Amino acid sequence: MPELVILWTDALIFLLIALVLVFGRLAASREHLRTPWRSVGQSRMGMGALVVLSVYVLIGVLDSVHYKPLLPEAAQRAKITHSNEVLSLLDYLLTPLREQQEKTYSSPLSTHLYSKENIEQADGLMKRGYPRLKHGGAHLQNPEQEWAADVAWTAIIGAVEAIFVWLLMIGAITLWRGYRAGYSFLQQCQRIIFRKTDIPWHVIFIVLGIILLLAFVAANLGVKYHLLGTDKVGEDVFYQALKSVRTGLVIGTLTTLIMLPAAIMMGIMAGYFRGWVDDVIQYIYTTLSSIPGVLLIAAAILMLHVYMNEHSEEFTSLIERADLRLLFLCIILGVTSWTGLCRLLRGEALKLRELDYVQAAQAFGVRHFTIIIRHILPNVLHIVMISVVLDFSGLVLAEAVLSYVNIGVDPTMNSWGNMINSARLEMAREPIVWWSLTAALIFMFTLVLAANLFSDVVRDAFDPSLRGGK
Amino acid sequence: MTDALLRIKNLQTWLGNGSSPVRAIDGIDLEIKKGETFILLGESGCGKSMTALSIMRLLPPVGRVVEGSIHLGETSLLDLPESLMRRERGGRMGMIFQEPMTSLNPVLTVGVQIEEAVNIHDTSQEQSPKRRVIELLRAVGIPDPEQRFDEYPHQLSGGMKQRVMIAIALAGRPQLLIADEPTTALDVTIQAQVLALMKQLQQETGMAILLITHDLGVVAEVADRVAVMYAGQIVETSPCKEFFQSPRHPYSQKLFQSIPGRNKRSERLAVIKGTVPSLDQEFVGCRFAERCDDVMELCQRQAPEWDQYREEQGVRCHLQASDVKAAKKTDEVSDAVAEAQNNSLRPLLCVADLKVYFPIHKGIFRRVAGHVRAVDGVSLEIPVGRTLAVVGESGCGKTTVGKAILQLIKPTDGRVQFDSHELTQLRGEALRKKRSDLQIIFQDPMASMNPRMLVHNIIEEGMLAQDIGGNAAERRTRVHELLQQVGLPASAADRYPHEFSGGQRQRICVARALAVEPRLIICDEPTSALDVSVQAQILNLLQALQQQLGLSYLFITHNISVVAYLAHEVAVMYLGRIVEQGTVAEVLDDPQHPYTQALLSAVPVTEPGGKRKAIHLEGDMPSPANPPAGCHFHPRCPQAMDRCQKAYPKAISLSETRTVSCLLLEN
Repeated sequence: MPELVILWTDALIFLLIALVLVFGRLAASREHLRTPWRSVGQSRMGMGALVVLSVYVLIGVLDSVHYKPLLPEAAQRAKITHSNEVLSLLDYLLTPLREQQEKTYSSPLSTHLYSKENIEQADGLMKRGYPRLKHGGAHLQNPEQEWAADVAWTAIIGAVEAIFVWLLMIGAITLWRGYRAGYSFLQQCQRIIFRKTDIPWHVIFIVLGIILLLAFVAANLGVKYHLLGTDKVGEDVFYQALKSVRTGLVIGTLTTLIMLPAAIMMGIMAGYFRGWVDDVIQYIYTTLSSIPGVLLIAAAILMLHVYMNEHSEEFTSLIERADLRLLFLCIILGVTSWTGLCRLLRGEALKLRELDYVQAAQAFGVRHFTIIIRHILPNVLHIVMISVVLDFSGLVLAEAVLSYVNIGVDPTMNSWGNMINSARLEMAREPIVWWSLTAALIFMFTLVLAANLFSDVVRDAFDPSLRGGK
Repeated sequence: MTDALLRIKNLQTWLGNGSSPVRAIDGIDLEIKKGETFILLGESGCGKSMTALSIMRLLPPVGRVVEGSIHLGETSLLDLPESLMRRERGGRMGMIFQEPMTSLNPVLTVGVQIEEAVNIHDTSQEQSPKRRVIELLRAVGIPDPEQRFDEYPHQLSGGMKQRVMIAIALAGRPQLLIADEPTTALDVTIQAQVLALMKQLQQETGMAILLITHDLGVVAEVADRVAVMYAGQIVETSPCKEFFQSPRHPYSQKLFQSIPGRNKRSERLAVIKGTVPSLDQEFVGCRFAERCDDVMELCQRQAPEWDQYREEQGVRCHLQASDVKAAKKTDEVSDAVAEAQNNSLRPLLCVADLKVYFPIHKGIFRRVAGHVRAVDGVSLEIPVGRTLAVVGESGCGKTTVGKAILQLIKPTDGRVQFDSHELTQLRGEALRKKRSDLQIIFQDPMASMNPRMLVHNIIEEGMLAQDIGGNAAERRTRVHELLQQVGLPASAADRYPHEFSGGQRQRICVARALAVEPRLIICDEPTSALDVSVQAQILNLLQALQQQLGLSYLFITHNISVVAYLAHEVAVMYLGRIVEQGTVAEVLDDPQHPYTQALLSAVPVTEPGGKRKAIHLEGDMPSPANPPAGCHFHPRCPQAMDRCQKAYPKAISLSETRTVSCLLLEN
């Protein structure tokens, strides 16, 4: 059995998933939470964005299950059963991409290196030219003639597979929804085509189709070629971009998870109790928010660096070090970003504490803590929800910026920020290497766009002034 | 008729699209003549505001006029292009809204806002716009108009702001002034000022006024003709006098009967059962049939036609004039039990010299620069099973008294003795235990319940906090009992507050207060957010509960007719102090303090002709942060003397139950 490794961020991600599930169950039983989420479910834009987001989440979760693979028989006899290398499920799925390393840069889908080298020819003579890649298009005998046809053919096979899987999924979902609602398969098909269903399934199917098409074409091409080229040390850029998904998601979600308890508690307490409690909390957050965030982050990362160097025996693998640094970045980003939400909640609590139902509860002699939990918290939850979803995309972008100035995640860790950072030099090169930057941009853009669209829909659904406007 | 200024024919306005649009206005016809005051009377949600907005073509985006015509003079308003319509709005038609606080832009001076209207609509330019603005300000009775020109809205009081709104509406010299509940947000003394001003302006300019209101008192005060609206239709029109003498439609009759007052003390108020039907359906029969006492089989089947039985009078009802029965005698409720044991009762609550000051902080170090004296030395007593009403205009500190008694606001000074326990000395757990004895019902039933909780949890909350009511099953039974006690089905427990109407919500609030078995309930304007017919339901309920459970009430209100109906004793508050106190009969029949006299005379009476000579108070209530020296009332008092400025008059006992603080009575 491979040995399961649970990194700090993995644990927190699973905790977050558990929390989301618990909250989902809670929301399903509360009318005031269920109604807005239902209207999110009925929004075409929201559901389209949600499908894209769930693909990202799936990649991120697959990349969060880490293990140490078994070593081959020979090594096992030496009583070392597990390799020192920590891999994730995603790594396992992408094994061909991970292991097919080239020497240096190659452009997307190419069969030759990007720079000229001395090649030893069959007759022993040296010639200067573009050498063939070790893996990319290695199966081609005569790349110049076969390349275009092979790429097209592979893509078409991928597309056909995608359509096949797509139809299967549509069928399964239609059958399941029809069964739940008490319709036959054909009736349910009609309902979906004529948009009679509450959830806009036609949008979901279209987005799903596009994603499946891209995924299968990419998978088929990715095995034979380097879909998005290779970087300086010959690593597959497509693989890097996929691995970066987890980093982006971790930064976007864990940061909020870390800051939420503080922001909610302090904000509500300041607004509800007022007086000296309010003064102290306000003092804390005005002080914190006046320290330049970048400075604080740089100092904290440096401190961690020093600490890890002095206690190097505690950090056995590279990935653990990188992971701890990522977690630390989340914490620091959380510390600097909770003040906004806290301020918002303070204002809301100030308003709510004067409302009659809070006064009525006080007249009953209900304890303060109970009042906060029962009357204040549920009535500010929509603000929390909106700000969490809105913050997400901002944090993903912040990671890229911080990594670009070298105070973000560990340089060995795959992240869009690091990809962009390395692209700084590549763009200055002649001829320029454009694919690293482009790949990072496309992946990040899609995620942030989907998150923004989704957060717009969530905000509208929870905004009481827009409710019932239809 | 040739002198008709505004003619509306078969107007239908719908809100929303889809399968069931709300038919907010469902075919109304009306005519307003030049120079007359026409009143649209109706409860909330019956489509009166929508009528005004349809005339102005200012409907919300979801609303549209689907049929009918509106003519102003010879112009068909519905056919005008928007650019010409803009000239009509504020030109020939002016409009005043309900809430003067939000109708003015807070960052522009008053003068600029009026000038804007003058520049658009008064293009004659014989004089500079500024002079015209000052003329307008003077016309609406604002003192020192030159100085007010440069003031911002927040520097003006509510009544002043409404005057400014009227000035803006007058800028275009309108022929028709549409006023949508112009005085609902104002105090009675200010309301009297504004109504008098509108009447006076009408006489000067000869404009017609379309006034929308739910208050029969306002109708009696100013109306020439009245139209009663119900569920999107006009059910009766009549000249004012005839309307008050003999309303024809059962709905109008019920409205009159449900108004509380002295003469109805010993009986239950008539209530209109049920609620206004939702307007997103097509009606087959009469819309009022469900709630009508005289309903016939015909009513369910066929919608009644408009019956223009006299030139100016019409009604929409199947009942003929001869069929109209005399109002049924409502069931008598004996008040004798409480009445008998009058003076011998020991006081349950005894408040002595209660003071609540709010500090005003100034400067960087937030030094206390002064105090807002919200409550400044109030003493009162409430015996077991009796009702004390605290009456006063907004800002006089009556709500603060209520909250200070409950210790929701810590009093600055004074004693609050409840059943020989001194509440102001209690802290923490001891106070928490005592809280079940005193409860409060708030003005706004929407805001007083957590929208995220089920009714069951809302009512149960107090029981949980006070640790009474046993286990979950017993509490559940108790909640059902309470709901039935306030006249709601037990099934209401599993619904959310927003599923109920305003009156039902207030019932839930009463049930919630009763859950902890209180002995005193502080009712903070519990009916002022409700319609007249619903108000009657709540007042009946409160009275019944008092008789069943021997509750005492501290009833905070500004509505004199409610006081007359429900209270045993009255305390009149002005600027944080009680100026006059006594039994209802004493105070209401023979007010001694000039303020009480003015307050009572300002209340619109629901019988036209039966008007008392109104004493109009000048100006507004001063700020409690800086009360006038001597008697607080002297700057507005019509009978002020020099001595009044020197010292606050002592309370003078006129009888065992009665005290008045006024120098006039010293001799």
